[in-house]
Amino acid sequence: MNSSTPAPTTYRILIGKPGLDGHDRGAKVIARALRDAGFEVIYSGLHQTPGALVRTAIEEDVDGIGLSILSGAHNTLMPKVVELLQEEGADDIFVFGGGVIPEDDITKLEEAGVRAIFTPGTNTSEVIDFVKRACDDKYGRGQD
Amino acid sequence: MTGELREAILKGSRRAAARLMRLIDDDAPQARATLTALMPYAGDAYILGVTGNPGSGKSTLVSRLIARFRERGDTVGCIAIDPTSPFSGGAILGDRVRMQEHAEDDGVFIRSVATRGSLGGLSRSTPAMVQVLDAMGFDTVIVETVGVGQDEVEIIRLADTSLVTLVPGLGDDIQADKAGLMEIADVFVLNKSDLPGSQHLKRRIQTMLSLHQNTDAARSAAPAIVATSATSGDGIDELFAEVEIHRRSVEEDQSRQTRLQKRHTHLIRAIARSELEARFDEHVRSDRFSQLVDDLAAGQIDPYKAASQLLSWLAE
Repeated sequence: MNSSTPAPTTYRILIGKPGLDGHDRGAKVIARALRDAGFEVIYSGLHQTPGALVRTAIEEDVDGIGLSILSGAHNTLMPKVVELLQEEGADDIFVFGGGVIPEDDITKLEEAGVRAIFTPGTNTSEVIDFVKRACDDKYGRGQD
Repeated sequence: MTGELREAILKGSRRAAARLMRLIDDDAPQARATLTALMPYAGDAYILGVTGNPGSGKSTLVSRLIARFRERGDTVGCIAIDPTSPFSGGAILGDRVRMQEHAEDDGVFIRSVATRGSLGGLSRSTPAMVQVLDAMGFDTVIVETVGVGQDEVEIIRLADTSLVTLVPGLGDDIQADKAGLMEIADVFVLNKSDLPGSQHLKRRIQTMLSLHQNTDAARSAAPAIVATSATSGDGIDELFAEVEIHRRSVEEDQSRQTRLQKRHTHLIRAIARSELEARFDEHVRSDRFSQLVDDLAAGQIDPYKAASQLLSWLAE
């Protein structure tokens, strides 16, 4: 299905808050930055299960999912989203994450298929650059 | 790809349906043949429109209504529209936040859509997306408009039943007598009815309607008024009952063919307008248009002739 799909006019990204933590300032800042960079951003709201986020990503036909986790549960929740996407045959949807995540865990998460992790202090432009590049790559578009 | 997508959608593939909706939104040429191939399967869904001011509780109400439709065994598709930034072209689509309790329900499909510069409360793609959900077999399709002001009433061209959501505290009595939004309701929903001013709002609407009835011959029954508090769930039973009453009256008064005519009229209008606007914008960006602007400044042409000139290019 994807090989014959033309590049979209507008990239779509899901910003999700899986698990129990209620700290969504970071998620909202990233959502807003992506909006201002021309993305259509679907925001999930708090306390989502990985299953609900994957279903949402599929129904919304997003290019990528950004997961914001500040509860410490990233090692469980992030790989779970990647795994469910694979099960649904939707692993062309890339996953990135943000939150208070220790250095050691970042390597493990990247090995589990999370494309990038952004930690506190990251400039929003860095996140936007990553998301834009990941979307461009997906449709075989070169960088300007 | 057309046949492949069509088959997958008719088999109930969410992935395929979601992809087609995006192609429709992007006005990709591939979308056209697939949508056309799906149309014979559409026409049975009941379309419920929900409109009202920003922040009046539309998404929360929609979520409550989805739950009621599901309790009765109906499957529900939902198109939820939010505004596109005129500056960046981006959008935050946040209606789902209130609806996520249904995210994993196989009988529900929710799609967030950005207006992408369309006025009227819907996106240009909305009528076609409704066709997709209809063809997939969803019994009810709920369309939640962008938060509207006074004049965005396109929803009535699409929906079988239109709910207008109002909240206390917005404007004085004369607001209720203004044209537009206040005229299109099949059911008025007075949400946030726990807030002060709710009774007063109800009386204003009643007064407004009592003046309306004699002049509006087309409307056989006055719209119902239901006070709700979507967050607590108060009044939702009554609202759902009123929606059902209106749905039955539509089904009794209008044949399937009449309802399809209405939908198809709106679909064709939306497609044609979308193309017209695209061509119009293209001509406005052209060099010969810049020349017209210069000519007007130089006094060599009047604005009406310049506009005629621009319109004549559309037919080329």
